[in-house]
Amino acid sequence: MKGWLKVKDSTEQAINRLLETLLTNGIVDGLLVPLRTPDGRNAVPTLVRDPALLERAAPLAPVLPVNGGTVLGRVTATGALGRVGAVLRNCELRAAVELSKVRQVLLDDVLLIGVDCLGTYRVDDYARMVEEGLDPVTPALAAACDGQVEPLTSYAFRPACTMCERPIPGTGQSYAPDIAIGLLGVPNGERLWVSARDEKLGRGEVPSPLHLEPAEEPAARAEAVQTLVAARTAERDQRFVAFRERMHNPASLLTEFATCIRCQNCMRVCPICYCKECIFRTDVFDHPSARYWDWAERKGGLRLPSDTLLFHVTRMLHMAHACVGCGMCSDACPVSIPVADVFRAVGQAVQERFGYVPGRAPTEEMVIATFREDELQELG
Amino acid sequence: MSDEHTTEFEPRIVAFLCNWCTYTGADLAGTSRIQYPPNVRIIRLMCSGQLDPIYVAKAVLEGADGVLIGGCHPGDCHYQSGNYKARRRVAIIHQVLEQLGFDPDRVWLRWISASEGQYFADTVTEMVATIKKKGPSPFRGQWSI
Repeated sequence: MKGWLKVKDSTEQAINRLLETLLTNGIVDGLLVPLRTPDGRNAVPTLVRDPALLERAAPLAPVLPVNGGTVLGRVTATGALGRVGAVLRNCELRAAVELSKVRQVLLDDVLLIGVDCLGTYRVDDYARMVEEGLDPVTPALAAACDGQVEPLTSYAFRPACTMCERPIPGTGQSYAPDIAIGLLGVPNGERLWVSARDEKLGRGEVPSPLHLEPAEEPAARAEAVQTLVAARTAERDQRFVAFRERMHNPASLLTEFATCIRCQNCMRVCPICYCKECIFRTDVFDHPSARYWDWAERKGGLRLPSDTLLFHVTRMLHMAHACVGCGMCSDACPVSIPVADVFRAVGQAVQERFGYVPGRAPTEEMVIATFREDELQELG
Repeated sequence: MSDEHTTEFEPRIVAFLCNWCTYTGADLAGTSRIQYPPNVRIIRLMCSGQLDPIYVAKAVLEGADGVLIGGCHPGDCHYQSGNYKARRRVAIIHQVLEQLGFDPDRVWLRWISASEGQYFADTVTEMVATIKKKGPSPFRGQWSI
């Protein structure tokens, strides 16, 4: 079912009413949706059981404090107590799909709800906007009509968002959610574009409670999507070129991570880092003191803590093939290393070799988790 | 220079060899008294499929001039499919190293069976010659890795 959803007061309220319908009609038993914190300075993913809480729902708040794919794992991986409707941005959806491949998210009884992502701000920037009484949503929705979305004056979108070429659910080889809510190329303030999988919306004999006015996808929407995607793709390619230019020899790798303080935040916030126990959080790299002296003797000196570059390179080898480009790593880096640029660029090379698109389909297997007998014969 | 041969660059190659094929092949090369250059440090794995990419990354970042991964021929893995998994990982390793500006041709994957002692010796000889031409790894002796 595809069609228009009428907006009565505001776009956000129209979406929230749709969510409320899902919860009160028993189509879902809980909703995972960002709620405004009591002070209003953040919007955090919350598992909502009481529809009354939905008045705080902020599905459009342009802030990403955590990748929702990670938290969807928390409420499904070891057995959800009902069907959860998960309101996710497209990078969160991609993460959920990737995590489902390693059974750290179970999608069996999840109603995926995707909303066009117009770009997000850093958590601290968003909080400051709220403190300053600024409204980042209204201008973005207005600009979404033609796809030319700019950040608020004197603010910047998160770098990962400016290079995200797949912000729209169900397009660009993205897995289509069960309900996709379109903001781009729609008459702002009047209607929303909704595309839904009917079979997931009725439960038994109960018909879908979404009152959509059936229609074909408007041409203006395809154009707006194309405008936004083209701008993001150009930015991405430029950043890839910049990365490859500064990475001309291995010494550049030392330069790239020279300022790393080895907090390992990038690994902690990464939705894709799938190891239940990361080797870098074990004592594998804790050695007897004498060993450090030996190594220092051999090389003349030894940077400590040791194996900092090994940490980053190992992460690239383990998960860059499934990097969804959400940019949580760059956000979490206290010394502003462009971690996401590195992982996206490296990831792209691996993904291309295997024709792999992270977040395309839960039925595919992760590059590192499978093999084919008749592949890669140039290697042996 | 008269002492040129004494100062010639001697590559250090770390080899990860599977127990059932390539390691046994290397053993055969030894017991058959086949000569090959002594530049290779062998680490025995039960299977090439046991090779976590971190092993290769560690060797490379610690300054190994080359890494050789040896497994059973396709179809001959003692554990059915370990060598196919290793092959995927090597492809990933190559792509990542290339992106980081490190010559991926310093990491070799070869299928060498238990009866191919001569082939093992030939492979090491060829690899040492190739790496000698490439010169030392840019990570050799880096204290700030």
